[in-house]
Amino acid sequence: MQKVIEVQNLTKKFKDLTAVNNLDLNVYRGDIFGFLGPNGAGKSTTIRMLMTLINPTSGTIKIFDKPLKQKRNEILKKVGAIVEKPDFYGYLSAYKNLEILGQISGCDTSNKRIMEILETVGLETRAKSKVKTFSHGMKQRLGLAQALLHDPDLIILDEPTTGLDPQGMKEIRELIIHLAKEKQKTIFLSSHILAEVELVANRMIIINKGTTVVEGTVQDLLNATNLKVTFELDEIERAKKILAETQWQKKIESFGDYQILFLLEKNEIAPLNKFLVEQGILINSIVPKRSLEEYFLHLTEKGA
Amino acid sequence: MYTLVKIELYKIFRKWRTYIGFAAIGVMVPIIQIAMYFEGAHYLEFMTRSFKDSFVFVGNLLNGYLIAYIILGSLTIHIPFLIALVAGDLLAGEATAGTYRMLITRPVSRMKLVFAKFIAGLIYTNLLVLFLAVISLGLGLIIFGVGELIVIKDAIIIFAQNDILWRFIFAYASAALSMSVVLALGFLFSSLVENAIGPIVSTMTVIIIFTIFSAINIDFFRTVKPYLFTNYMSTWRLVFDDPIDYNEIIKNCLILAGHIIGFFGITLFIFKRKDILS
Repeated sequence: MQKVIEVQNLTKKFKDLTAVNNLDLNVYRGDIFGFLGPNGAGKSTTIRMLMTLINPTSGTIKIFDKPLKQKRNEILKKVGAIVEKPDFYGYLSAYKNLEILGQISGCDTSNKRIMEILETVGLETRAKSKVKTFSHGMKQRLGLAQALLHDPDLIILDEPTTGLDPQGMKEIRELIIHLAKEKQKTIFLSSHILAEVELVANRMIIINKGTTVVEGTVQDLLNATNLKVTFELDEIERAKKILAETQWQKKIESFGDYQILFLLEKNEIAPLNKFLVEQGILINSIVPKRSLEEYFLHLTEKGA
Repeated sequence: MYTLVKIELYKIFRKWRTYIGFAAIGVMVPIIQIAMYFEGAHYLEFMTRSFKDSFVFVGNLLNGYLIAYIILGSLTIHIPFLIALVAGDLLAGEATAGTYRMLITRPVSRMKLVFAKFIAGLIYTNLLVLFLAVISLGLGLIIFGVGELIVIKDAIIIFAQNDILWRFIFAYASAALSMSVVLALGFLFSSLVENAIGPIVSTMTVIIIFTIFSAINIDFFRTVKPYLFTNYMSTWRLVFDDPIDYNEIIKNCLILAGHIIGFFGITLFIFKRKDILS
C-alpha cells in the first residue's frame, strides 16, 4: 500500500519543552487516519510541522513519497488542511475569502466552483456575508470548504467538529466518509475524542507527551481490549451468591453497593444478562466501557 | 507574483485603517491651505522680514508652489505615523487574525508571500505620497495660482516659475523613497511579533528618537548622525538648492535604498525561519 504520510523520528523542541518526541507514523492511501491524544499531547504541533508552519527540530517528513522540506510547494498543492480553529479575513465575505485562498493556491476559483464547495459545507446562503458575522461552527464549515477547494488528495483536519452542533458533527462525519470512500481521498483526522475517531477512522494512533502510545487499525485496537461492563442491580448480595458458583465469577473485577463490574468480551454481555434475569435478578442498567477508552480517558485526565 | 500583490493590495484597501492616512492628508492639507489663504500674507511677511530692507519683493509670492513647499516640509515629519499604521499591520495583522495558518499552508513560498506584501506596502506608501502631491500642489495651484518660489535657507533663493515643477516631481520622489524606509522598518518589526500595535509604536519610537538625535547639534550626535537613516529623510530639500548638489542627492538616495533593502532582507531572513504559532 502506498504511503501518503511517512514521519520518522519527528521531534520539536521549544526551548526546554519537547512538544513532539521521536514520533513515527505512517498514513496509507485511502486511510481515514485517526490522530488521537489529550490536549497538549503534541497533535497540533505535529500538524503544524506537516503543514510547514513550524520547522521540526529533527526527524523527517515525507508526503506522497517526497521530502516535505525540499518539495513543499509541490506537496501542498495536493494537501488541504484545517489547522486548529479556522480563522479568516473577518472583513471579507465567505466567498471572497475562498476566492483569495484559491487564487493563492492557483486553483479553480470560478463562481461555479466556489458555490459548489460552499454548498458542500452548507454555507451557500451565506456566501456574501462577512465572516466576522459567522458563528464558530460556521467558521469551522468554511475552514473545511477552504481545505477542499483545490480538490486535494490528502486532507488534514485538526478537530474539525469543534463548535458544531450534533447535526453538524454528523454531517462532517458523513462528509469525511464520503470523501474517503467515494472520492478516494486520504484523511488525517486529529481529535481528542476517541468516539469521534472510532466512528469514521480505519486506522489510528494515540499519542501523549509527543510520543506514540498505541497505533494500529481501529478494529484491532478495539478487539484487543476487553470491555469493562457495569451491571447495576438492587439485589447485590443475592447476585454475589449466585455468581459465586458459576463461570462468571472469574470475570468479576469488583463490587459496588449496587453494581458489579465485569471484564467481558462483547459477545458475553447478552448471555450474562440472560443468566441473571433467569435467576430472578433485575438489571437496572448495563454500561459497557472499553479499556482502550478508559486508557484514553486516563490520558486525557492526566493531560488536563 | 502579480496575483499575490493584487490580493495583498485588495486586503490593504479593504481595511479602514488604510484610509486614515488619506483622510488625514485630505483634511489637513485643505485646512492649511484655507489658513494660508487668509493668513498667508502675514506668514510671508514674517518669512521675509529680515530681507525687507534690502529687497523689494514683487509678483505673486504666495502661490501654490510656496504652499506645497511648506506643506511638504511639515508633513514629511508626520506622514511616517500614517505609513507605520499600515506597515505594522502587514505581517503582524495576519498573526493577530490567525490567518497566517491559512496563508502559509498554501503552495506558495514564504519568500513570495513576504515579497508580495512588501510590494503592496510600497504601493500604498507611494500612493499616499502621490495623494499628498496631488492635493497639496494641485489644489494649491488652483487656489493660489502660479508664481515664483521663494526658498529661504542659508540664503534666499528664488526659482523662476518655469524652473519649479520638475523640482517638485523629484522632491516627491525623494519623499516617497524616505517613506519607503519607514515602511520597510515597520514591516521588519511586523515580522517579529504577533500584534500590530507593537510594530506601529516601535517604528514611531525609532523615528522619533533618531529624528531627535539628528536635530541636536552637539559633537556626540554629530558623530552618530551619518548612521541614522532619519538624517537622509529630508533629501527632498536638496532639490531646492541652487546649484543642486547631485552627488549628495544620489548618495543620500542610495543610503535610503540600502536601508530599504537591508530592512527587507532581515525581514525575509526572520520570516523564512519563523515558527508560526499564532
